[in-house]
Amino acid sequence: MATRQTAGLARLMRAPAIILLLIWMIVPLGMTLYYSFQNYNLLNPAAISWAGWFNYQYFVTDPAFMAAIRNTLVLVLGVLTITVVLGIAIALLIDKPIWGQGIVRILIISPFFVMPPVAALIWKNMIMHPSYGVFADIARFLGLQPVDWFAQYPLTSIVIIVAWQWLPFATLILLTALQSLDGEQMEAAEMDGAGAISRFVHLTLPHMARAITVVILIQTIFLLGIYAEILVTTNGGPGNASTNLTYLIYRAARLNFDIGGAAAGGIIAVILANLVAIFLMRAVGKNLD
Amino acid sequence: MGRITLEAVTKRFGEVEVIPPLNLDIDDGEFVVFVGPSGCGKSTLLRLIAGLEDTSGGRILIDGKDATDTPPAKRGLAMVFQSYALYPHMSVRKNIAFPMRMAGVPQDEQDRRITAAAKALNLTDYLDRKPGQLSGGQRQRVAIGRAIVREPAAFLFDEPLSNLDAALRVGMRLEISELHNRLKTTMVYVTHDQVEAMTMADKIVVLRAGFIEQVGSPMDLYRAPKNLFVAGFIGSPKMNLIDGPEAARHGAHTIGIRPEHIAVSPTAGTWQGRVGVSEHLGSDTFFYVEGTGLAETITVRAGGDIDLHHGDTVFLTPDAAQMHRFDDTGARIA
Ligand SMILES: Nc1ncnc2c1ncn2[C@@H]1O[C@H](COP(=O)(O)OP(=O)(O)OP(=O)(O)O)[C@@H](O)[C@H]1O
Ligand SMILES: [Mg+2]
Repeated sequence: MATRQTAGLARLMRAPAIILLLIWMIVPLGMTLYYSFQNYNLLNPAAISWAGWFNYQYFVTDPAFMAAIRNTLVLVLGVLTITVVLGIAIALLIDKPIWGQGIVRILIISPFFVMPPVAALIWKNMIMHPSYGVFADIARFLGLQPVDWFAQYPLTSIVIIVAWQWLPFATLILLTALQSLDGEQMEAAEMDGAGAISRFVHLTLPHMARAITVVILIQTIFLLGIYAEILVTTNGGPGNASTNLTYLIYRAARLNFDIGGAAAGGIIAVILANLVAIFLMRAVGKNLD
Repeated sequence: MGRITLEAVTKRFGEVEVIPPLNLDIDDGEFVVFVGPSGCGKSTLLRLIAGLEDTSGGRILIDGKDATDTPPAKRGLAMVFQSYALYPHMSVRKNIAFPMRMAGVPQDEQDRRITAAAKALNLTDYLDRKPGQLSGGQRQRVAIGRAIVREPAAFLFDEPLSNLDAALRVGMRLEISELHNRLKTTMVYVTHDQVEAMTMADKIVVLRAGFIEQVGSPMDLYRAPKNLFVAGFIGSPKMNLIDGPEAARHGAHTIGIRPEHIAVSPTAGTWQGRVGVSEHLGSDTFFYVEGTGLAETITVRAGGDIDLHHGDTVFLTPDAAQMHRFDDTGARIA
């Protein structure tokens, strides 16, 4: 291992990058923390004053707050469930040699390259629209009443759109894990009398545990911050039916011009995100070592 | 019971015929070794017996019953793989228990068999470890343990010792032989190490490009190789093969004489040459003799204390009774 001298040198060389990163994080966090204790509204920017805990109290007692927390959880858990389950299924399918494998793989990965607002707009106007969306066409063809997705099932619609976007990521990671599974192990299990389901439960799933953990951790980080898809489709409504925490903060800042309230919401979101992260690391992080 | 019969078994991968129609009988309790050069189809043949590959033609009978289309798990055979193929996230105990769990063996019976297998294979202290925390030899023993507890009709081994170092290999070789003596279960063993073949087998099957060149006991193959290929393959160091006038003098196209059947003398003998490389093993010495005009080098075995050095002239006298004669197709002349 490194001697004390080289370790010291290494620390010195790392310092600029770490200090830069620290400033990068600390300054915005510090400013947010500062504003969260101020009365600061852009409609009346001259009247800045110390607010104490008022902004926090105001944000938390907002009836939209509990709804937003619930919606955030539904969004994250819903998308995670869909992407992990379908991701495993698709990975299992395209791991087998099939005709046109290359094309199929590219098609499956492609949603990931569409930026979120564009994807959401396509879903809103071309797929889920109650009069000229594809789903409406299908419903009419079957003689059914078309569903007005964003009015009737706003949160479900957003879960579907976001899951569609993240499915390629999950599939790709899970597929790589699947491909590193040793063929002789599978054959040994086959000789040992394990059927397809037993082999999946006893060999494939444990082998993929680490990859599933990675998918869950990374996706959770991004899913907590979903925002663009809500903005271009439901605008958080009807009512608060599809408002998540991020969108609530956006509403405070940009629709009510309440910088102090938005900052308080941001700090609350950071704390909640960290709670989720700690919980997740406890629950699934042991798969990573 | 573990009697395995192959009737005109064929295997093609696409256009390539890897195993041409092949017939073979493996008796109950026999230790059969498949040997042959790399790529000759030993693993393929074993996997056909196991059911991991589908036959392209012919029948496989196990204890007289047609098992050609029986899935691997139902054939009652256990296989030990070259890579061990242990389940990495299960402890040794769970690995060994896995086939019994799949077969629904009651828990107390499972425990009894695991304890017995662990004792026989010196694994008792490692039962709660994961495969990743074991040495190569220990992993191989776990793989064997997993095969034993199923109480199979026959064991199939695919080069089980090739990942082990030389010393461990000798040890495991003995353990597998002892296991066979104790269980008296049929064993089919693939190797390209002819020492393993000679020491372990009741019956050796020599394969070349999917064809069976010869089947017989190790000593049959050593004493009476059916053709040049078997003659060159069995025995270490290799048999000397001599063409030309010297062979014609014995009424053959090629004659073969093993290094241990040539007498060495510094003064007189039938053939004359110079000592090239010599290998002193202590008990024996192998000389590679050049310039005899018969073949590029003639290998001879002498006692450990013979005093000959590089460049010395030597005289060689083959033991005529131990000479093998082959015709121009390479077949043995009786
Ligand atoms: N899945 C496959 N597809 C096509 N050809 C194959 C396949 N498996 C094996 N072969 C071919 O069949 C032949 C026999 O292979 P096999 O693995 O049985 O050889 P082997 O005798 O076990 O060799 P080794 O001693 O190197 O293990 C080889 O020429 C190999 O290229
Ligand atoms: Mg092989």
